Amino acid sequence: MRIRRAGDAALLIETEAPHRVHAAVRALALPEIVGVVPGARTVLVTVRPGTAVDRLGPLLDDLRLPELDQVAAEPLCFPVVYDGADLDEVAALTGLSRDAVVARHVSAEYVVAYLGFSPGFGYLTGLDETLHVPRRDSPRTAVPAGSVAIAGPYGAVYPTASPGGWRLLGRTTMTLWDVDRDPPSLLQPGTRVRFAAERAEVRAVTPAGSGRAAAGEVG
Amino acid sequence: MTIEVLRPGPLCTVQDLGRPGYAHLGVPHSGAADAASLRLANRLVGNPEDAAGLELTFGGAALRFHAPAWIAVTGAPVRMTPGGMNAPCHVPAGATVEFGVPSAGVRTYVAVRGGVDVPPVLGSRSTDLLSGLGPDPLRAGDRLAVGRTSEPIIVDCAPGYQPEDEPVLRVLAGPRDDWFESLEPLARGSYEVSAHSNRIGVRLEGRPLVRRRAGELPSEGMVVGALQVPPNGLPIIFLADHPTTGGYPVAAVVTTADLSRAAQLRPGQRVRFRLIARS
Repeated sequence: MRIRRAGDAALLIETEAPHRVHAAVRALALPEIVGVVPGARTVLVTVRPGTAVDRLGPLLDDLRLPELDQVAAEPLCFPVVYDGADLDEVAALTGLSRDAVVARHVSAEYVVAYLGFSPGFGYLTGLDETLHVPRRDSPRTAVPAGSVAIAGPYGAVYPTASPGGWRLLGRTTMTLWDVDRDPPSLLQPGTRVRFAAERAEVRAVTPAGSGRAAAGEVG
Repeated sequence: MTIEVLRPGPLCTVQDLGRPGYAHLGVPHSGAADAASLRLANRLVGNPEDAAGLELTFGGAALRFHAPAWIAVTGAPVRMTPGGMNAPCHVPAGATVEFGVPSAGVRTYVAVRGGVDVPPVLGSRSTDLLSGLGPDPLRAGDRLAVGRTSEPIIVDCAPGYQPEDEPVLRVLAGPRDDWFESLEPLARGSYEVSAHSNRIGVRLEGRPLVRRRAGELPSEGMVVGALQVPPNGLPIIFLADHPTTGGYPVAAVVTTADLSRAAQLRPGQRVRFRLIARS
């Protein structure tokens, strides 16, 4: 683990196990720590302004990481209707049939590495390598909430309607984001996820979303 | 008691001190971009510092008060009638307060004794323009409820935001300064604030930072004040509504003490940076 400074009120921990480090830092329950944000290979620890951040370094160096099975309970299972607009394209890109794409998507077990792009948007690791396809060249201006998608090494479910460039495989009716729920996000760093194919004729209801303009990231 | 928005000006939003503690779920911090000015305005009317007020972008608003109120206006200096800035002002029932265009800075704050009372979302009344959380930006005809407080007003005048021709913001190098040949352009050059700046970030034009290494940075958590550098080499200073994670390297981070001044940078203005040693 290497620890970098990120200004005068944050440390950036480089690690191969971000969501476990995230859990371990939260478990310290230090009052001066006000935010713990995992990324793909890092955990950002923000502190109350005025805290001597260098003094946190040794504490973080000695972190005891929880075992994986302590971090995550039973996997969440998302029922998915696999009728996504990009299913044919993903089949063509991978040389698989539509059914084989679905079979590989449901056979994997995923872990939420981190969240970003929009509230409740989890980056799921564990995607079958044959399904690693690039994002669309031209992002859609509106992707409905509940869209099940893939891009690069990640899977995701769009928690709210938003623009997005990921390849859409299907849709789920599970509510991933609800500000009146505590916690508002169904997915947390470290949450395990599975998908199950479902037949359904009813289309998911999609609440109106809001504009997005994330710098350096596209969903 | 209500405030009626007769005219919002270019952009008028409700802001408090934001939504800390949800960044790991992808929720931006949000809150007043110039938090020091909102805190001061709240103190001037006897509110807790984290009460919700209004953030005016380039002034221009007109507000009608349907009941008597105490207000305080801070931040980017504007002409206001009636009343004056950086002090508590009493507004009689039925009066309209008009705000001019700031002569310097960008964001003016209006606190009202009791606080603006809109329904909180995840513990905050702030409008987040990136994620869409919180109330929509205000429009003509909107009516805002005002809360109650029994705290006394103990401050009657205070130094507010001091406009500067060419601000110098202190920055700490990193966390990804090793992705660049040198931070010299940042330390020696002067940058012009782009018109494409908003509550998410201040875009800069000037000498680009040159990448030392190719490839993509795996997405990582971002802090407010980060100088994130996209492939064109021109830094963006992240403000309150910045994304929680990002895939471009952060060359340096503005010190906490200078964040409010960064939030008042005005398009066309020039800004410099001073690299400081780790404290």
